[in-house]
Amino acid sequence: MASTAAAQRLNTKSAAQTGDTIARLVALIFAALVLLIVVILVFKLWTDSAAARHKFGWGFLSSTVWNPVTEEFGALPFIYGTVITSLVALIISIPLGVGAAIFLSELAPAGLSNALTFMVELLAAFPSVIYGLLALLALVPLMRSYVEPFLKTTLGFLPFFRGPAFGLGYLTAAVVLAIMTFPFIISVSRESLLAVPREQREAALALGATKWETTWDIVVPYAKLGIYGSVFLGLARALGETMAVTMVIGNSPEIRASLLAPGNTIASVIAAEFGEATGVHVATLIELGLVLFCLTIIINAMARLLILATTSKGSKRP
Amino acid sequence: MRLRWRKFVNALMLSSSGLCAVIAVSALFVILAFLLFNGGKSLDWSFFTQLPKATGEEGGGLANAIVGSLQIVAIASLIGIPIGFIAGVYLSEFDDKNFASVVRYTADLLNGIPSIIVGILAWGLVVLPMRHFSALAGSVALAVMLIPIVTRQTEQFLREVPMSLREGSLALGASKWKMIATVVVPAGSKGVLTGMILGVARIAGESAPLLFTAFNNQFWGGINEPTASLPVMIYYRAISPYDDWHRQAWAAGLVLITLVLVANIAARLVLARGVSVPRG
Repeated sequence: MASTAAAQRLNTKSAAQTGDTIARLVALIFAALVLLIVVILVFKLWTDSAAARHKFGWGFLSSTVWNPVTEEFGALPFIYGTVITSLVALIISIPLGVGAAIFLSELAPAGLSNALTFMVELLAAFPSVIYGLLALLALVPLMRSYVEPFLKTTLGFLPFFRGPAFGLGYLTAAVVLAIMTFPFIISVSRESLLAVPREQREAALALGATKWETTWDIVVPYAKLGIYGSVFLGLARALGETMAVTMVIGNSPEIRASLLAPGNTIASVIAAEFGEATGVHVATLIELGLVLFCLTIIINAMARLLILATTSKGSKRP
Repeated sequence: MRLRWRKFVNALMLSSSGLCAVIAVSALFVILAFLLFNGGKSLDWSFFTQLPKATGEEGGGLANAIVGSLQIVAIASLIGIPIGFIAGVYLSEFDDKNFASVVRYTADLLNGIPSIIVGILAWGLVVLPMRHFSALAGSVALAVMLIPIVTRQTEQFLREVPMSLREGSLALGASKWKMIATVVVPAGSKGVLTGMILGVARIAGESAPLLFTAFNNQFWGGINEPTASLPVMIYYRAISPYDDWHRQAWAAGLVLITLVLVANIAARLVLARGVSVPRG
């Protein structure tokens, strides 16, 4: 009697264990799917770009020719456009973003700070085609009639601000990218500034430093890894941004020194030409995708490492 | 003298940081004002009920793009949410140190990949073998974007379920999967659902991955046909030279942004504590 009860208990226990094993296996398979997607992605990018990689070799990265008719392709104008628009965007968005993050973490009362941060983070949730729509129909006319002529008359002695003002070009794309990246910079920088221990601030203030000196000499250096991380996060977004840039950059596969000139980026040339491309042109665009993929992975990894470094540092010293 | 200078710098820099914050937040209101003004002017009933008119003709609506978007996003959610959810459960509940951290890292990596590259993937996997554009291809692209978002959000919110609940149910004799299904997931469901809503709202606004997967259509699409969607329609209408099409782009922009705002604000209200925007 007792032994059958024990056997039954043993039976139910092993049934539960089988259930657990199955559940674990199912969960494992779905988790492996995530891994599989990335593997397939890399494999497809690699094999589908084979024709272009064999035809152009490493010279692809340094060639400036882009001629779909003769099937001569080089990536440099697009790499240049991607890098230059992202850098100019960061020049605008870093001071703005870090400044706003300082206000939100050091000056604003918690309630106001949270409300404002929510509003800024909403900007990060807006679809990029919305930014493109506003940029093309509202910002471009503004840039063409006011901002660019103004830059030409005041800073025209620099090679960056010469040539006709189309409104479409590197500069407009960079302004849009700046608006799209500062939500990331503000949100992550604010978090790392908030993670700085209170004692640091109190010690500096007690020594007679002003609020600004405390912030700039003590708090910001303490949080600097997280701020760098936020910048890399913004950079990764700027490099891969497609629609908003495609709509305002002018789509011209050339390298120009002037920021007012039309250009192109890796993501926007894929968006603009992939649909109509055939043969080697397709493989070339996929190879450009591969280049962009590698770029964003490196930048994203750096961002994550930096952000991880600060948040763990902050939590270790309460 | 020196002290006065320091106080001056203090006041100057602190107020300019305030100015930065004002500029950042006003960007939101400027964007919303533009969309409300231009979109509100052009939004009418026919926008929701009529098909697009032929090129250059006045009037017509984008009913097909609205239905197309719903179709594409619905199928993408059907594919992406279960996969993302179960993968998230794995990361939170069956944490085999090494493999879980590999999956976690790849999910973040997938989350950070430019959406246009996901479009290339779906093109290679669906459009190329089928030899034509289709809503299904668009859904596959959006599902690939949705999976890592749902995975990480699910993991994050399940991890917040107190350990004592898990221990309690195990102590009562529940098996592990029973504990997950009846205790952990219900306890974390509010956050998990919010994460899913935010993820769906995010993919609903994507256009780059749809450009050469679902493509576009002036008529009703279908799962197996090229299908119009709101974001792609906004792109093509905005870059066209016609004023009437620009009006439609603004109207579509207003509809899309309303959707995104409602999802985000609802998510914020549902959760007592704030959830930050999924970061690319």
